[in-house]
Amino acid sequence: MRFKRYGAGIAKGMALTLKHLWRRPITVEYPEERLIPSKRFRGYELVWYPERCTACATCAKACPQGNIEIVTSRGEGDMYKVEKFEVDTGRCMFDGLCVESCPFNALAMGQSYERSSYCRGQVVLSKEELTISEERQPSGYARPEIEALQPEQTLLIYRTGGVR
Amino acid sequence: MNGWDWIHWLIFVVVILGFALSMIIVFIWTERKVIGRFQLRRGPNRVGPMGVLQAFADFIKVLTKEDIVPAKADRWVHLLAPIVAFVPALLVLAVVPFRDGSILADLNIGILYVVAIGALGVVGIFMAGWGSNNKYSLISAMRTAAQVVSYEVPVVLSIVGVILITGSLSMVTIVHEQQVPFILLQPLGFLIFFLGTTAEINRSPFDLLEAESEIVAGFHIEYSGMKFALFYLGEYAHAVAASAVITTLFLSGWKGPVLPPVLWFLIKVGFVFWLFLWMRSTLPRLRVDQLMGFAWKFLLPLALFNVFLTGAEVLLWEEKMASWGNFPWPFLFLNLALAGGLIVLWSKFFRLGGGRVEV
Amino acid sequence: MMELKTEPVVINMGPQHPSTHGVFRMRVTFDGEVIVDMEPVFGYLHRGIEKLAEERTYTQVIPLTDRLDYVASMTNNHAYVLAVERLAGITVPERAEYLRVIMDEMMRISSHLLAVGFLLNDMGAFFTPLMYMFREREKLLDLFEMVCGQRLTYNYMRIGGLSHDIPPEFLPALNRFVQEMPHFIDEYDQLLAENEILLARTKGVGVLSRELAINASASGPVLRASGVSWDIRKADPYSVYDRFKFQVPIGTAGDIYDRYWVRIQEMRHSVRILEQAIKGLPSGEVMAKVPPLLRPPQGEAYAHIESPRGELGFYVVSDNSIAPYRLHIRAPTFINLTTLRDLVIGWKLADAVAVFGSIDIVLGEVDR
Repeated sequence: MRFKRYGAGIAKGMALTLKHLWRRPITVEYPEERLIPSKRFRGYELVWYPERCTACATCAKACPQGNIEIVTSRGEGDMYKVEKFEVDTGRCMFDGLCVESCPFNALAMGQSYERSSYCRGQVVLSKEELTISEERQPSGYARPEIEALQPEQTLLIYRTGGVR
Repeated sequence: MNGWDWIHWLIFVVVILGFALSMIIVFIWTERKVIGRFQLRRGPNRVGPMGVLQAFADFIKVLTKEDIVPAKADRWVHLLAPIVAFVPALLVLAVVPFRDGSILADLNIGILYVVAIGALGVVGIFMAGWGSNNKYSLISAMRTAAQVVSYEVPVVLSIVGVILITGSLSMVTIVHEQQVPFILLQPLGFLIFFLGTTAEINRSPFDLLEAESEIVAGFHIEYSGMKFALFYLGEYAHAVAASAVITTLFLSGWKGPVLPPVLWFLIKVGFVFWLFLWMRSTLPRLRVDQLMGFAWKFLLPLALFNVFLTGAEVLLWEEKMASWGNFPWPFLFLNLALAGGLIVLWSKFFRLGGGRVEV
Repeated sequence: MMELKTEPVVINMGPQHPSTHGVFRMRVTFDGEVIVDMEPVFGYLHRGIEKLAEERTYTQVIPLTDRLDYVASMTNNHAYVLAVERLAGITVPERAEYLRVIMDEMMRISSHLLAVGFLLNDMGAFFTPLMYMFREREKLLDLFEMVCGQRLTYNYMRIGGLSHDIPPEFLPALNRFVQEMPHFIDEYDQLLAENEILLARTKGVGVLSRELAINASASGPVLRASGVSWDIRKADPYSVYDRFKFQVPIGTAGDIYDRYWVRIQEMRHSVRILEQAIKGLPSGEVMAKVPPLLRPPQGEAYAHIESPRGELGFYVVSDNSIAPYRLHIRAPTFINLTTLRDLVIGWKLADAVAVFGSIDIVLGEVDR
């Protein structure tokens, strides 16, 4: 390969990087600045509504990993009582098939994305750890009525601007 | 040798050590920050305001790391290599004038000393590559040896142009002689010296010895802890030294209007370093045979031509100096035009590196 | 002159090496810096996805396909659901077909951005081209997150359509992207296309001849860079690709530069397809009537699509149960990778890395 263009191409590239030196950084300073995730964000946890759940185990059947463990006992009348509803989020793929399959809207994806922990036992979510609370909010995935309430997603395409 | 000399030397050794180490820390921070901005990032901004203490945090981290010597390594060579690689860069700064009279040793062969000492760093790198007993390290060491030896030739020849004009090897005299920065009078010489030095201090696009995507980390792949830190500091010390030498030779050292001389010197050193960063953040790496081809087929012929041209000009202007007001103005433009023309012309004549080898 | 006694050196590049794009291993024999022999070793990321699929229902396999080529999950989804739809004879609503095309082309752009960026990184550009390309890729990932809630493993397509319709704010954002993207591609060209160092490193290096490319059954940009006009979107149109006007860029030399060039040009044409698809997007349902527990009739089906890396094929055999009897995946990068040895022999160490980067493999797909 000959140096046919005597460095003109390199000069063009250098000019471009110089131009970028004056552009605004595109990165986000994460812990201080948080972008709003999608309305349908499949966060790293599940939200379970015990009052709607009939323990039909459709979600457990829909799960490709067999991750949802449900143990029931005889409750009042025709209803089942849920003894155990456990999701191992360490093995979970967060594909949302369980949420989509639930016929009673008793399960929703969560919104949290800061779920790392120091031991594996902590990522197994039990019945109490799955119910809705201050820090555990459902996201709008496959739940249009929740989706309508969510704030607008921050889109980088509107943040960073075009070619100047 | 009287007592004052000793005091002068003692003070300047401390000053230079302090200068070198503080510049290294500033350069590490600048490099990360500036390259970050080139890449639309913010760079370090966690430790201290604007991340200025990042280098110290890194230093503490590196000190607490386990010091590992590989089982089959050549132990003493492995241990000595970082020191041998680090010290020459500091030694170079001994002959760099910070301002008029502020110099550790105004050797009358200053620039020769720079060339001689500057090339010593490669010994340390080769020792590291050999002593680590690692194949990647060995490849890196071989590459470095070939690279530094090749690029030394055009670098020295490009200095000859400067020496011909000033008629002195002393760094102080070279700065005194620069009525305009020699970059204007010796554009070709500057280009060759700049590219050659980039290769000698192993910065991108000539950073083949630690090419991360090919040979992982090259010669310092087996180093950890303080020994790695010494290599890391050594790399920046070489960058400081190279920037200082380029400033002295081609950018008229401490000279400049209004601001105090030391500040001018620092500004120019910073600017040269910024040029290194700019190249690093834009260009891909050359292949090893292309690197050699670039030195021997492009830089060397041009450097030879530059020596010839400067010599002829110096002979010419000795007669006409008086009529030009003691400065060879016509050559300013002639050299610039010739440099441009030569680069355009010569780049069409040579082939960069070889192709496929039949095996 | 005395002959120096030398011996070749064997180096294991990988599985832990910065430029193996995952866990690939090259057992390279060097004579100095020249490669005299190369043996690719893979299988470090084998998860047995084809076998896992045999004990999952047809819908449950879709998230598994996300994990094949994790840089272009949408196209994996598409190829798989296409195969099952052929098997079960399901017609997909038109809006879903259009959206699938939009997703595929967005995926192609984002995947090629990554491929070109990492190719430059392999050649030693210190992350700058990669960062510029990540800027655009992040915008696309944002849009993917908007429609399906995830940025990497989308699980968006379903047998018979899509899991969700797009939200109303999707199309304005995509429109803006389509308008901006050509300028950004121009910027990449300015940065890279004429860079002498890049040209010196790529022109004529790692040439894959037309014959070898066809014989090795390579596909995708690797094949097209060698001058073979073979693009499933044109050769065997699936979905609604026959309704769009676009060209398939063809290289001539088959070297690294052509593979790079083909990818850049494909991005331009993908943007054009996106433009047309946004204009022609019909309204309506995005999901056909499909029973929740699908039992396709006994038989077999093969569907192939043009994924960013080449011809991605899914072969499904059904025995009329709820799970596939057999699922086979024709992974394009696995087959492209088989040409690697012929490309790198005789070149230098640095070229091996560049050639490897230009083939653009994803280990998740190679090892499956």
